[in-house]
Amino acid sequence: MSLLSVHELTAFYGDFQALFGVTLDVEPGEVVAIIGANGAGKSTFLRSVVGLCASAAKAALFDGRPIGGRPTHEIVTLGIALVPEGRRIFPSLTVEENLLIGGHRARPGPWSLARVYDLFPMLYERRAMSGPALSGGQQQMLAIGRALMANPRLLLLDEVSLGLAPIVVNDVYTRLSTIVGEGTTTLFVEQDVGRALSVCHRVYCFQEGRIALAGSPRDLTRAQIAAAYFGV
Amino acid sequence: MDWMNAVIQGVLLGGLYALFAAGLSLVFGIMRVVNLAHGDFIILAAFLSVVVVGVTGLGPFLSLVIVVPLMGGLGYAVQRGLLARTLDRGVLPPLLVTFGLSVIIQNLLLQIFSADDRRLDAGGISTASIGIAGQLAIGWFPVVVFLAGVLAIAGLQILFTRTALGRAFRATADDQETVRLMGIDNRHTYGLAVAIAFGIVALAGVCLGIRTTFSPDIGPGRLLVAFETVVIGGLGSLWGTLMGGVILGIAHTIGAKLDPAYRELTGHLVFLLVLLARPQGLFAKPVRET
Ligand SMILES: Nc1ncnc2c1ncn2[C@@H]1O[C@H](COP(=O)(O)OP(=O)(O)O)[C@@H](O)[C@H]1O
Ligand SMILES: [Mg+2]
Repeated sequence: MSLLSVHELTAFYGDFQALFGVTLDVEPGEVVAIIGANGAGKSTFLRSVVGLCASAAKAALFDGRPIGGRPTHEIVTLGIALVPEGRRIFPSLTVEENLLIGGHRARPGPWSLARVYDLFPMLYERRAMSGPALSGGQQQMLAIGRALMANPRLLLLDEVSLGLAPIVVNDVYTRLSTIVGEGTTTLFVEQDVGRALSVCHRVYCFQEGRIALAGSPRDLTRAQIAAAYFGV
Repeated sequence: MDWMNAVIQGVLLGGLYALFAAGLSLVFGIMRVVNLAHGDFIILAAFLSVVVVGVTGLGPFLSLVIVVPLMGGLGYAVQRGLLARTLDRGVLPPLLVTFGLSVIIQNLLLQIFSADDRRLDAGGISTASIGIAGQLAIGWFPVVVFLAGVLAIAGLQILFTRTALGRAFRATADDQETVRLMGIDNRHTYGLAVAIAFGIVALAGVCLGIRTTFSPDIGPGRLLVAFETVVIGGLGSLWGTLMGGVILGIAHTIGAKLDPAYRELTGHLVFLLVLLARPQGLFAKPVRET
């Protein structure tokens, strides 16, 4: 059974429709990428999964259970963690408090404060600092660590490389591969197509609120992806 | 010696003012809402204590065992049922709704209890005093209230900085949406914050009722004291709120010493001076860029 199964999902901002019937599955242990141009609806999709955007009751199943339309704080405690676009570190909290609040409703599992510090030693060194005092890359690590603290069964990542220098992006992805290596099922949004394809088992390409292409990177040609990405 | 006495009385009065202000500061700090009915809830709590004392025969201090949870529950209900609907709609709706609450509470109390002055009788402790050198004597009760104020502020400080709930309060104040991603129900968190604020309001109301006479119409005056206390101390600083209460308390007793009619006026002048010299309050942390 799929860990996450989304069927014909639609999403609206007022009268504006952002998603037009998106169907997408993630199997346990899989690493799935979502690519697509700006405004294609990638963030809206992740936000709908965790209930930050309203969706129909049957539109999404997590581990076979309908989660559509349920409040966000209930959905995430079932075992979904989102690293939101723009990181969204809590500015009034220290680095360590940001991690601890990530584990506020933690499930049992491999991740703990000590293990997150093992993975991100720079966070340990800065544990007493406030969130905004960190560099962009460190904040991104903190946002990832905060999500891990919940011991999620499904990790959602929204553009972790946004606004980071290439060398920092490499660093972030190296650490992500450790996380993925633990068997954490991961669904991530990435603008950098090459990087997305090199990391994932399967990829979905969003275009104007619809899925234009889906498949394993091996089975897709550059031309197909370019066509799906730009809509040419 | 008389002046010394006035200063000491003022410091002790500051504990009561800190109790008035703590709830206002808590609600504003977390939700950015000024509860205009704050003073009326203080008076409502005092009347609740009158009822509890009348029905159960408990003294006013022991009545807190019932009044604090009742007010806490009321706070939770007011937040979830009423205030929550006004948030995210700009500054005006919460102000209008709490102003309406203020009017409603005053009139309800007037209907039920009439306009007569009341007092909570705590027996000997309200008049007992400790003699210090010469003519200086301080009352037991003001000391107890001062300690209650210090303990309330210290308790809030510990709650905010050391507990998971306090962390959730601060995170919710930062970012309502992201806090939900942490598995925290932001609406419940807000409800708990107001419940705690109302618990302190209950304590403040009972202390006020033992100290002085009260009637249904004096709530807005307590709101003003609470407001000035918070602003003098600095928003977002709990110890500042205690210090703000002490400063305002001293201003009131010194003013009253000059001439009983100057009591409030001196307080307002100190408040205005602080606003002119340090608009962010005396003990505020540096303002964060957002
Ligand atoms: N809060 C919002 N209000 C109105 N429209 C929005 C909002 N957020 C996103 N949109 C619109 O929804 C569409 C999808 O946005 P988004 O999901 O953020 O795209 P992506 O993450 O793929 O860049 C875009 O057209 C965007 O302008
Ligand atoms: Mg996006």
